[in-house]
Amino acid sequence: MTDIVKPVAPARAFLSDDFLQILYRLLAALMICTMLAVSTESFLYLANILNVLRQTSLLFFIASGLTLVVLTAGLDLSVGANVALSACVAGTVIHQSGQPVLGVFAALATGATVGVLNGAMVAALRIPSFIATYGMLWVLNGLTYWYMAGEVIHGFPPAFRQIGSGYLLGLPTPVYLLVIFLAIGAIFAQRTVWGQEIYAIGANPTAAQLSGIPMSRRLLLVYAMSGTMAGLASVIFLARLNSAEADIGESLTLPAIAAVLIGGTSLFGGVGSVFGTFVGALILTLVLNGMNLLAVNSSWQPLVTGVIVILAVWLDTKARRRRL
Amino acid sequence: MAETAPAISAHPLRRPPGVAIVLTLLVVVFAAAAPSFISSTNIANVLVQSTLLLLLSLPMTLVIMTEGLDLSMGAVLTLTSIIVAIVSLSTGSMALGLLAAVTVGTVFGLANGYLVAGLNIPPFVATLGTLGMAQGLALIASDGQSVVGIPRSVTEVYLASLFSVPLPIVIGVVAYLAFHGLLYHTRFGTYIFALGGNREALTYAGLSPTKLLIAVYAISGAMAGFAGLLMTARMNAGHPTAGLGLEFDAIAAVAVGGTSFERGNGWLLGTALGVLAVGVLRNGLNLLALPSSIQVASVGALVILALFFDGLRSRS
Repeated sequence: MTDIVKPVAPARAFLSDDFLQILYRLLAALMICTMLAVSTESFLYLANILNVLRQTSLLFFIASGLTLVVLTAGLDLSVGANVALSACVAGTVIHQSGQPVLGVFAALATGATVGVLNGAMVAALRIPSFIATYGMLWVLNGLTYWYMAGEVIHGFPPAFRQIGSGYLLGLPTPVYLLVIFLAIGAIFAQRTVWGQEIYAIGANPTAAQLSGIPMSRRLLLVYAMSGTMAGLASVIFLARLNSAEADIGESLTLPAIAAVLIGGTSLFGGVGSVFGTFVGALILTLVLNGMNLLAVNSSWQPLVTGVIVILAVWLDTKARRRRL
Repeated sequence: MAETAPAISAHPLRRPPGVAIVLTLLVVVFAAAAPSFISSTNIANVLVQSTLLLLLSLPMTLVIMTEGLDLSMGAVLTLTSIIVAIVSLSTGSMALGLLAAVTVGTVFGLANGYLVAGLNIPPFVATLGTLGMAQGLALIASDGQSVVGIPRSVTEVYLASLFSVPLPIVIGVVAYLAFHGLLYHTRFGTYIFALGGNREALTYAGLSPTKLLIAVYAISGAMAGFAGLLMTARMNAGHPTAGLGLEFDAIAAVAVGGTSFERGNGWLLGTALGVLAVGVLRNGLNLLALPSSIQVASVGALVILALFFDGLRSRS
């Protein structure tokens, strides 16, 4: 494999390649919308559109932190299991203390701790990220099932539930959080030194190391952020479902990875964006929502998500060959 | 450990004894903690239950030796188990069920191989995608329900004995010997070492790494088909989520067994001992009446530990 030094900062021409990539994806999302509007009656209902936006936000929270990890050419397979554990911890704390704020802090702390452990395994122990986080997935699953012992924590204060299922000025509350975190994520990745260093690590680790970027600290940071975002997502899930159960994270990891890849972030690192992941999350949600509306059995969802992941990576592999 | 000799010269017995130490420690600890652990029934139990994992871990060793990974194995196993159940239920024939399962498993293996070797998709993502597909198909084929009423000819595979040795143990030994022969005594085996150690050498020798890799993944899929028969026989049913996550036990067995994830340095005997270590760990925790969730977490910890030591070895 040839190591070609690529410019780290994306060129800011009006129609840069990155911009076009996002534009294509938005057009694809628009096409799916048109198809669904024509083929189903209920797609254009306001309730359904708001539902799509809410689902997109939930997926985006998990996928946005993951995007940073993938930008460093790593992978975090533990996000779904992390959401489950964080939600169960937060649920317990809220029930015990009656303070939703403490629960939110507990979820963020749990998520961040898991992320830091992942980061330590990757950065300090040099375990390949997909294996380290895959091991973490099963450790977390085991812990969560043991801790919950088949119980369900149910019923949270209405004020807390607003975070997940409420509306503000006609829009679902998570959508506002989506906008805030999208802005933070995009600015962090594109406009800060740390963000650009993350791109550099993924684009060419050797060059990044030689130019003095503190690799271990930045890697620790991205895994910690991925874990924290999973913790945040768990709060929203908890507020939306109004219950915490050990198995809520099981079907979240594959869609999150799919959203990142559809959004144009390359598994090989250094290429992609947080905004792209938002568009990816939107496209995947539209597809799954459309399948629901067309009354396709939900058993088909993992199959379709799997096919989408493979297609996205295949396109990514082809694009990479063109770039090199 | 300064092992600078090329991978191909790695003798099956000349290996660091890490896995043997882990296995011995586990046996000693559980024998002390749970008296029933060393009863002959329990030992036979561990061996019989480990067969399924062995059938998955042997091909997983080959896949990992090529610096690959097969995350779809547990889901494909689930799918083939359902297929064994459905086909044997409708035809009454164990052989037809096995044939259908191995066919479907091989198709998935070929697809994995093509995605990895043909399209150059990183193995852990390619097989994560096919994991979703196999899981979806298992749910669709079974309609989300357990398939019950399995004919006796299928359950016999798990319950029967050959010369008073339980049939699963016989199957396990035969599978081990077949893989041992394949890896250490055939040209194909040598090529597998080269796939991980020195892929260019294969090209220079006029061989196609792509075809060899596809073959390795196809073997992995076919073995998931065989394991599907054993799982349906053991559970007396086909269950749409039964095998999910078993690929992780297989990865654990391979990692504990000393096969490296980075240098194509496989060790089949280590994998077999690793299978026993995982089996003993699960069985021992079970005897101590700890919930299965603790078993899952312990296997996860075992993998991370094994990889940590592997990392230490490869850097020193």
